[in-house]
Amino acid sequence: MLLVSLSGFCFFYMIPFLVSSFYSFVDNPIHREFCGVQNFRALFQNPYFLRGLKNTAWFMLVSIPLNMVLSLCVAFVVKNMKVYSNYFSLIFLIPLAVPSATSAFFWENFFGLHGTLNRFLSVFHVECIDWLESSYGMMVMVIIFIWKNIGYNMALFISGLSSIPEEYYECADVEGAGRFWKFKNITLAYLTPTTFLVLIMTFVNSFKVFKEIYIITGEYPPDSLYVVQHYMNNMFLSLNYSKLASATYILTIVIVLFVVCIFRAERKYSENLHY
Amino acid sequence: MKKIRSMKTKILYVLFIVIVVVYMMPLIITFTNSFMGSREVENNYTTGSLGIDEYIEMDVVPKKVTLSQYASLLFDSPVYLHMFWNSVKIVVPIVLGQILVSAPAAYAFTVLKFRGKDILFFLYIIVMLLPLQVTLMPNYIVADWMNITDSYLAIILPGIFNPLGVFLLRQFMKSMPDAYIEAAKMDGAGHGKIFLWVVLPMVKHGIAAVAMLTLLDYWNLVDQAVIFIQNSEVQPLSIFLAKINSGELGIAFAGSCFYALPVLLVLLYGQEYLKNGIAVTGLKG
Repeated sequence: MLLVSLSGFCFFYMIPFLVSSFYSFVDNPIHREFCGVQNFRALFQNPYFLRGLKNTAWFMLVSIPLNMVLSLCVAFVVKNMKVYSNYFSLIFLIPLAVPSATSAFFWENFFGLHGTLNRFLSVFHVECIDWLESSYGMMVMVIIFIWKNIGYNMALFISGLSSIPEEYYECADVEGAGRFWKFKNITLAYLTPTTFLVLIMTFVNSFKVFKEIYIITGEYPPDSLYVVQHYMNNMFLSLNYSKLASATYILTIVIVLFVVCIFRAERKYSENLHY
Repeated sequence: MKKIRSMKTKILYVLFIVIVVVYMMPLIITFTNSFMGSREVENNYTTGSLGIDEYIEMDVVPKKVTLSQYASLLFDSPVYLHMFWNSVKIVVPIVLGQILVSAPAAYAFTVLKFRGKDILFFLYIIVMLLPLQVTLMPNYIVADWMNITDSYLAIILPGIFNPLGVFLLRQFMKSMPDAYIEAAKMDGAGHGKIFLWVVLPMVKHGIAAVAMLTLLDYWNLVDQAVIFIQNSEVQPLSIFLAKINSGELGIAFAGSCFYALPVLLVLLYGQEYLKNGIAVTGLKG
């Protein structure tokens, strides 16, 4: 049963991935002369790669927790609505269906130099700036990311909230527990598995915001928006496979470490849970 | 006390509605502007000749309502319908293939016991987390081996074997009570039968959710198509929409609405699956 998936997985991902490691140890794809770890060392001195890495890390550190907290809030509000709750949750899911190009176009015009935000601010005599080109560029991306991704996380949290048995709350009421106690010891505790799932999915999606950045800014964005995928994309387009493969491996190692940490944390937290 | 409380709820509701309207803005603008004439759109959004204190006109209401954008999109040239059809030809095989491949694999990861299962699943998760730009080179290498760099297959095949479906379906299958499978085993059913008649009916919401997520993801694909499909005639419509900023702004909004409509309908009818489809069990174990 696993065979079809596994062979495809190996053939399309694992094997070519291992083959590409070959490129990371040769000086260039045509000469193919072995050069040890020189590519990796060069990469750690490459200002573009480092900037991309830094910006990506910054983006994730801000956007992932913010997104998770906000989607939990929205899930609470939507779930406790007595009427129209389906319509409201649909509204938060809609950004998933809007073509990336369309949302990119809208946000570009909203945050641009002649954009709607500046028009609004000019009423208060705030000086016009191009928000995307400014040092706030990354903030704008965080906003776009959250706008697009709250919906799905909200859906996950709603299903997590629905799976907590009502009796737990009723018991706590009988014991005279306060609202905060219930939130901390019942809601948050039993949401732990959901939270880890949401974290993984948000992580996956946080790389996808590149699509919007790319449509808005193209191959060479302002410094503050240069993420690690720009570097890799440009290396791919310029056929510089050695640098690309080395960058791939560095990024993969970071992700493996991240996943190991998540699993450790999950095991630790779910030990305390008794269903 | 009760009065104050209901006041507070009302204020919260109003606040929430304001947030919702802001949230909907991109969609509202796109929808209403699709009824503007091409001339009006170009006047509103062209920035070239604007001075320092001049702004683009992001109007919600068109000055004159017309269907001319839709008319030129649907009737003037077959190109757009053709590109729409290209998107369908890429996405439908991926969604179907992803389900057919992932569901049995998820079953194997949940029910079967074999050596190296944990490590293998760990690898699936790692590949799932890698950004597209990392997997693009492996994909390209394989496409090169198979000589399909210029065809849809270069996008479709890796899409089918994307580990995301296996991961999500396993999340769902793990929440099934073991008793069902044990009972079926007692009755002498093999794994094929258990999978088809016991597990599949129980995870059909999960399957719908995975199908929807895959659809939403690939319907908007941009990066892969830029790399693999050079010929503009066979490009999916999502790529064309990404190029609207330069050039044919006039029909951009109608094009976006036209392209978003099928996935919006899917969301409208399928959102329940997204909310109930993914079960909430831990990542491991």
